[in-house]
This record gives sequence, structure tokens and C-alpha cells, in this order.
Amino acid sequence: MQYVSTANKDFLDEVIADRSLTFAEKVLSIKRCDEIGKIASTDEIIVAKVDLAMAHDGTAPLAIKVLKELGIKKVWDNDKIILHIDHTYPASSEQIADFHSIMRKFAIEQRCRIQEGNICHQYMLEHFVVPGMLIVGADSHTTTQGSLGTFATGVGSTEIAAIFASGKIWLKVPESIKIIFDGKLPRGVFAKDLILYIMSKISCEGANYKAIEFTGNIVKDFSISSRATLCNMSVEAGAKAGIVEMDEITEKYLISMGRKAMLRIHSGKEAEYVEIIKENVENMEPYVALPHNVDNVKAVGDVEGQPIDQAFLGSCTNGRFEDLEIAAKILNGKKVKDGVRLIITPASKLVYKTALKSGVIETLLKAGATITSSTCGACVGTHCGVLGSGEICISCSNRNFIGRMGSPKSKVYLASPATVAASAIKGVITDPRKYLG
Amino acid sequence: MEGRAWKFGDNINTDIIIPYKYKARTIDPKSLANHCMEGIDPKFSKKVRKGDFIVAGKNFGCGSSREQAPVAIKACGISAVIAESFARIFYRNAINIGLPVIAHKDFPKIINEGDTIEVDLKKGVIKNLTKKKIIRVEKQPKFLEKMLQAGGLVEYYKKFRKFPW
Repeated sequence: MQYVSTANKDFLDEVIADRSLTFAEKVLSIKRCDEIGKIASTDEIIVAKVDLAMAHDGTAPLAIKVLKELGIKKVWDNDKIILHIDHTYPASSEQIADFHSIMRKFAIEQRCRIQEGNICHQYMLEHFVVPGMLIVGADSHTTTQGSLGTFATGVGSTEIAAIFASGKIWLKVPESIKIIFDGKLPRGVFAKDLILYIMSKISCEGANYKAIEFTGNIVKDFSISSRATLCNMSVEAGAKAGIVEMDEITEKYLISMGRKAMLRIHSGKEAEYVEIIKENVENMEPYVALPHNVDNVKAVGDVEGQPIDQAFLGSCTNGRFEDLEIAAKILNGKKVKDGVRLIITPASKLVYKTALKSGVIETLLKAGATITSSTCGACVGTHCGVLGSGEICISCSNRNFIGRMGSPKSKVYLASPATVAASAIKGVITDPRKYLG
Repeated sequence: MEGRAWKFGDNINTDIIIPYKYKARTIDPKSLANHCMEGIDPKFSKKVRKGDFIVAGKNFGCGSSREQAPVAIKACGISAVIAESFARIFYRNAINIGLPVIAHKDFPKIINEGDTIEVDLKKGVIKNLTKKKIIRVEKQPKFLEKMLQAGGLVEYYKKFRKFPW
């Protein structure tokens, strides 16, 4: 996979070296196709060329219907369109199976890429994303893909249909917020805790229409998995994109995945931010978002003892290998509390395979966990962990809205994989630091 | 456009507007409409009349990219959503499917449930006829306005054989 630049090399070099532009302005300047060779400034509405476009079984069937209505016979570039069957995989009903069939048929007709049984954002990171891309997905958590130094944003079905047809999108160049995490990360505190803390600080509309750049020594030390968790939940604050600029860790990850193309885009040193949030993480703790809003956040100690029926570890937020690994570390030699179900959904087949080879899956199974296929099922309340009336779940997914995981009378608490694992042992919300040596 | 106001608070998210379980089952607007706002008012779709308005607080439509959320609202007969602010994907989706969305930071505060509202998008004026208050709203960029006037992206494309940007 390669990124595209609409302008010539001189302009590209000029933009990359510019000291006054944000990351978002730089990427959008080199992708714009309405006025090629003109800087894309904050608040300007531009038309840009997309590097990759994707949709999943929750959004693609409607997009395919729209394309038919528009009379589009051929998509813009079959190589750059990726369809994911992940939200309810394998199908849990006839209707869903029919939606999947529509997608498979479309992929064959258009000869575009389709994959099944891997959560879309994780699969994109593993297989396609390279720094410098503009990625548009028909899923709000497309922001996850900003963790590899891209500008990645979500849209709906009609809009992704227009992008499948044209390869272009209109965008307002967003203002940017810079979030700097510095200091020494305390034991038992993870990327998920940092982003929950930020949610409580800026609220669930605090970054609406804006891009968030994450930086600081903590982020620079973070793995791609942890960076993905930050970018993933940026949209919970309303952000258009969540970004961690590429560095040696990004490069190593890409090379390990067999990819090389990299556009080294860094925000200018004098770039303007609408807000700069600087946090020393030293005093941070494990956090929990209480029902029914993601910004309803408290320290784990304030909710400790809250009984749970289900503990869920998975989703595009926290279903990666390092998440399963930390859960296995906590659950090693322990048992999930009687009456509580621990559901673990690896984010992709590769994550599953890695966890299997390393012995992590065996540890989790021995502790009493149920391992599912890689799907969005539990997080969006379709299958593999739907909650009944009055049930309470601690989940490392991204949303705790009313009815999100099933019954409108159920409740979802959000936390890190470590907190989820510790809570599964006790059967009540538990501080994971007790289990980490 | 003239109709009654249905009032909601802040952060009305897409799971409240249309839970995934229905969205996974169907893309038929009428079937979706039956479950519109179910997360907060299960009888909403039965009570609402064609031409009514949804009036809400901050961050309306936050959450998922599901276009089925504005589709369900439109299929219920709602003629426009007036809110203090909108989440960005919902805002785009609404315009793309031809559901007018009007953001004003103060106006929703002076609308009560059941008030009669009149909206003139061409003039950029909304009125609370019950309370006899008028406000002017900021116009959208031209291409978005054209798209709304055509009835959404699909209708625009059918009419002009090109995308509006």
C-alpha cells in the first residue's frame, strides 16, 4: 500500500518542512484536489483524495444499496476499498447472513477487497495502513487508524458510497488539540485509563469537529496497541481524528508487518492549537466510566465492590495481544468468580493466533474465560455477550450508552483490560493493582 | 415547515436513537422508524406526527456512524432536528440523507415540549410560534444547502449526475 499526494514533490517537501502547520493541515494540504498546491488551512472546506476507504457489515449493505440507486457501475479503485465482515461474525441470524451475502457478492462483482472475522480497525492496522494516509471509514472508530500517523475519520453509509464511487471527500480542516502525557506511568495504569481520564476532563463533546494529537514521553514509549486505544476513543470526545505521529516504534511495527512506505509528517513546532492539555501521569490511577456516559469517570476505588454479571475483554479499543496478555498475567492460576462470565474476543485472527502460541489463551481458558471469534458482537450488543435486563457488565470496549450491549435495563462500566480481569476474579469491580506484582 | 416540538436533553446518542440490534436486522426506513428513540422514549414513534421537530441540547447524535439514526428520525416524519450542537458524523449523515439539522446554541433552550415551531430554511429563520420568538440561523455552505434542497446526496446525484463538491 502507498499513500497518495496530489501535489508535486516540491510542494510536498515544503509542506512537510513547514513549521506553522498542524498534522491535520499537513496531511490535508497534500491530499486536497480542489486547489492542488494550496495549503489547507484550519476551518477551510476542501475536497481531498482518499488513500483507503472501508465499510463493515453494519454500514456496507446500505452503502451498496446507495451505489445501486446512484447507478454506479464501477467503484473508483477496487484495490483501495476494503469491506469487513466483523460486526456480527459469524452471522447470528438469517437477516445478517443475507447482509453478508450482499457484501460478498458486491466484492466479487467489483473485485474489491473483503475480509471476514477480524475487527475492521485492527485488520486495517495489521494489513494496510501506512503513515501519511487519509483514511475514511464508515465507522466512527476509524480514528483508531490515526495511531500509525494517519488522518483517519468516520462517515456514514451514503457518504462512503460517494467515496467508493469517486475516491474523494469534502472536509472542513479541523482545529487541533494537543494532549501531552508526561512523567512516569504508575503500575496498573494503562492507555485506557489515560483516555478515560481525558474524557472526564474534556467531556464527550470536548473535541467535537477537532483533531487530537497525542504526544509526550508516555505516548512516545507506548506500543502501537496502546496508541490505538488512545486514538480509538478520541471519537468519544467527538474528535474528527486522533493522531499519534509516526516514529521508530511505528516504523518497527510496519516492518514487522511487512510494510515500508512511510510519509514522515510531524506537526510544525510553531503550529497553533485551540487547546494544549499537559498531564503529568504520575498521580493517575485506574479509572472506570460509569453508566451511561463515557465521560462519567471515577477512580476505580470509588466504584470498587460494585457487583458484575459479565466481564468483557475485546473490541477495537482493547482486544489486542497486549490486552489479552495483561489479563492472562492477572488471571494466571486464578478462577473467574462463580456466576460471572468472562468473555474474551481477540480483535483479529492474528491476535488470536499470537495469544494461542504464547500460551495466553490457555491461561485465560484455565481461569474460566470464554473465547469468541473476532467480532464486534458484544460491544454493539448483537451476539457473543449480549446483556439481559438488569445485568451489569465491566467492559474494556468504548461505549456505555443505554442499551449499547443489549437490554436498555442493563448497565455497562468501562475500564482497562487489567481492571476487567481483576473484576472477573472477584465478581465485583476491583482495583487491578492488587494483582500486579 | 411547521410542527410540534419533541424535547430531548444533551448527548442523545445513536444507541438511544436506534439500537444496533435493529440496525443489524434491516435497512428499511419504515421498520427502523418503529424503534426510533426507543432508548429514551419507547412510544416516541407512535406519538410523533408528520412535520414535527426534534429539539435537543448539546452533542445530538454522538456515538456511532450509523446513518440509520437520521434515517429512523426522518422516516418517523420528523421534518428537522434543532439542537444546541451536533456530533459531526450525525450532522453529515443527516444532510446526506436530506434531513435538515439546525444548530443554535440558545434557541433550543426557549422551546418547550409541544411548542409549535416554524422553520424557513431558505430565509434561515426559525420561529417558536407558541412563544412568539424568532431567530436567524447561520446558513450552511452553498453546496450543502443545495444538497439539502435536492433532498440529500442520492437525490442530488440523480438530478445533476455529479456529486455536489
